[in-house]
Amino acid sequence: MDQYTLNLLIVGASFALYIGIAIWARAGSTAEFYAANRGVNPVMNGMATAADWMSAASFISMAGLIAGVGYINSTYLMGWTGGYVLLALLLAPYLRKFGKYTVPQFIGDRFYSQGARLVAVICLIIISVTYVIGQMTGAGVAFSRFLEVEVSTGLWIASAVVFVYAVLGGMKGITYTQVAQYVVLIIAYTIPAIFISIQLTGNPIPPLGLFSTHTEAGVPLLQKLDQVVTDLGFNAYTGQGSMLNMTLFTLSLMIGTAGLPHVIIRFFTVPRVADARWSAGWALVFIALLYLTAPAVGAMARLNIIDTIFPNGVEQPAVEYEQRPDWMRTWEVTGLLKFEDKNGDGRIQYYNDTATGFTETATQRGWSGNELTINNDILVLANPEIAQLPGWVIGLIAAGGLAAALSTAAGLLLAISSSISHDLVKDWLVPNISEKGELLVARIAMAGAILVATLLGLNPPGFAAQTVALAFGLAAASIFPVLMMGIFSKRVNSIGATVGMLVGLIITCLYLFTYLGWFFIPGTNMMENVPANYLFGIPPTAFGPIGALLNFAAAFGISAMTQEPPRHVQELVESIRVPRGAGAATGH
Amino acid sequence: MADNSSSNAYWAANIRIITICLVIWAVVSYGFGILLRPLLSGIPVGGTDLGFWFAQQGSILVFIALIFYYAAYMNRLDREFGVDEQ
Repeated sequence: MDQYTLNLLIVGASFALYIGIAIWARAGSTAEFYAANRGVNPVMNGMATAADWMSAASFISMAGLIAGVGYINSTYLMGWTGGYVLLALLLAPYLRKFGKYTVPQFIGDRFYSQGARLVAVICLIIISVTYVIGQMTGAGVAFSRFLEVEVSTGLWIASAVVFVYAVLGGMKGITYTQVAQYVVLIIAYTIPAIFISIQLTGNPIPPLGLFSTHTEAGVPLLQKLDQVVTDLGFNAYTGQGSMLNMTLFTLSLMIGTAGLPHVIIRFFTVPRVADARWSAGWALVFIALLYLTAPAVGAMARLNIIDTIFPNGVEQPAVEYEQRPDWMRTWEVTGLLKFEDKNGDGRIQYYNDTATGFTETATQRGWSGNELTINNDILVLANPEIAQLPGWVIGLIAAGGLAAALSTAAGLLLAISSSISHDLVKDWLVPNISEKGELLVARIAMAGAILVATLLGLNPPGFAAQTVALAFGLAAASIFPVLMMGIFSKRVNSIGATVGMLVGLIITCLYLFTYLGWFFIPGTNMMENVPANYLFGIPPTAFGPIGALLNFAAAFGISAMTQEPPRHVQELVESIRVPRGAGAATGH
Repeated sequence: MADNSSSNAYWAANIRIITICLVIWAVVSYGFGILLRPLLSGIPVGGTDLGFWFAQQGSILVFIALIFYYAAYMNRLDREFGVDEQ
């Protein structure tokens, strides 16, 4: 059987599984559509949350990001996991106790204000729509590489599958498909990693392999890696970075993670408050299986690639272009890997040609510039081929990448559609709509959101990559602080919260636009995006915590000068602080 | 819910454990993983230093332990104050 048929079979089987689950888990009520009837087992919810959270970026890009610079990008590892501690301790149990369906609904009730709720809906939609674009483009890439179809055909197929289970099953269908998608993606991610770890270090557990001895060289793997990358003019893999930038960026990712609505609503699906706490722990366990493997994949893949190019050591001549391995040929076709023979010697020289200290060595060796550019995303996708694993593992990577993209997309789409049908239609525009009517509106909103996401995926705005920074920055600066104040303070009132959210939202947007261009349109930035121009040296991608701080300051300051919230709101805060009575609120 | 002073004591105990957990959360990631890494550079771990290990693995493992510890602690506290879900 050829590779193409194998990929098609494995991806097809995974899609059939998702659709089978959708038919089994149809939603019959709004409680099922919005919150899976609050009947999800906390361990299952942990798995679904892990799939919901781990996007195409986690699955495909993260190992490559870490491989590229090493220690400095540990910020992604800490930032994207540390947010779960904030969720478990500061938000999830209390929002589960509140016992409603959407994040803006809590903000509207706690701050007794339709205006606050509308601002929250706007933040939610901006965050979720920008995030969903990345997922759709990720799915498109996986389709075009592994199934050799046009990106647009691939996208329509992906949308059709999401349509079936998200429109039919709502949160209920999404939850159980996410559980299946987690299983697919974690198997796909870890199998190649285990083989590579055994090949390089003899240790079958990749996170342990990362700190083990390199079998051939007889020195620790990381020491060997530091040696070869510095010998090619790159910075040491374990070398130090700017402490301020790392701290702020990690903080931005952590707070942003805790403020993402599609993650928060997952905790509405468990039966009890205690389950919401356990569930956050299980989610992090399942996430950690991938996040502990990723840095090992990154380091090992980088070492493997350098060894492939310099089979006799970096001091010796590089491999001849005609002798390059098959996986390089495969990936050259996609354009993600490029070779240009600058000095015409027919060999592939790969080194850091921007390092001033290395130019002399390069000239001595007759090198005239780096000849190989490798897109970070290749590391994970080509891993099975680099490790010469059987064809079914390659098919599995395709299914895993698609599972990661689709599971996150579905979670985001649910956050968007429930906010439209519940916050806007049911509780604002058509208050006396029937249960059946609301369920229909929810399904239509879901279908509409899928269509918009697909169209945006087909014509991704040029700024797609930067919008991720926007999503995290806004979640950190708007949603997270207002939720935290709603739970931990009885004094913050409607005007304080509304102004706080707007301050966080607007100032964060302005800071991003100043360096990245108005609405991310290239060339419209007012200042060049270089560290010398940053306010107190803060990069735009790490501005989230500053926005959050301003949000807190504005909300507390204004609340202190205005009237305290009414008695019934203070009682609401007291009631969400204790678990007892959680079942009653939802009619279980 | 029980009377007011008991519910205040419950909330105060919750804030206390949250604060302790978040101090540990910050020390392992921002501390050992980033700011205090130079201080830990003398402790070798598999070809590099302890700070690198905390940044890439240690902090994640501590995060998991923190969440499970907090969940167990709060379950006990809920029962003690009679505010658990029956």
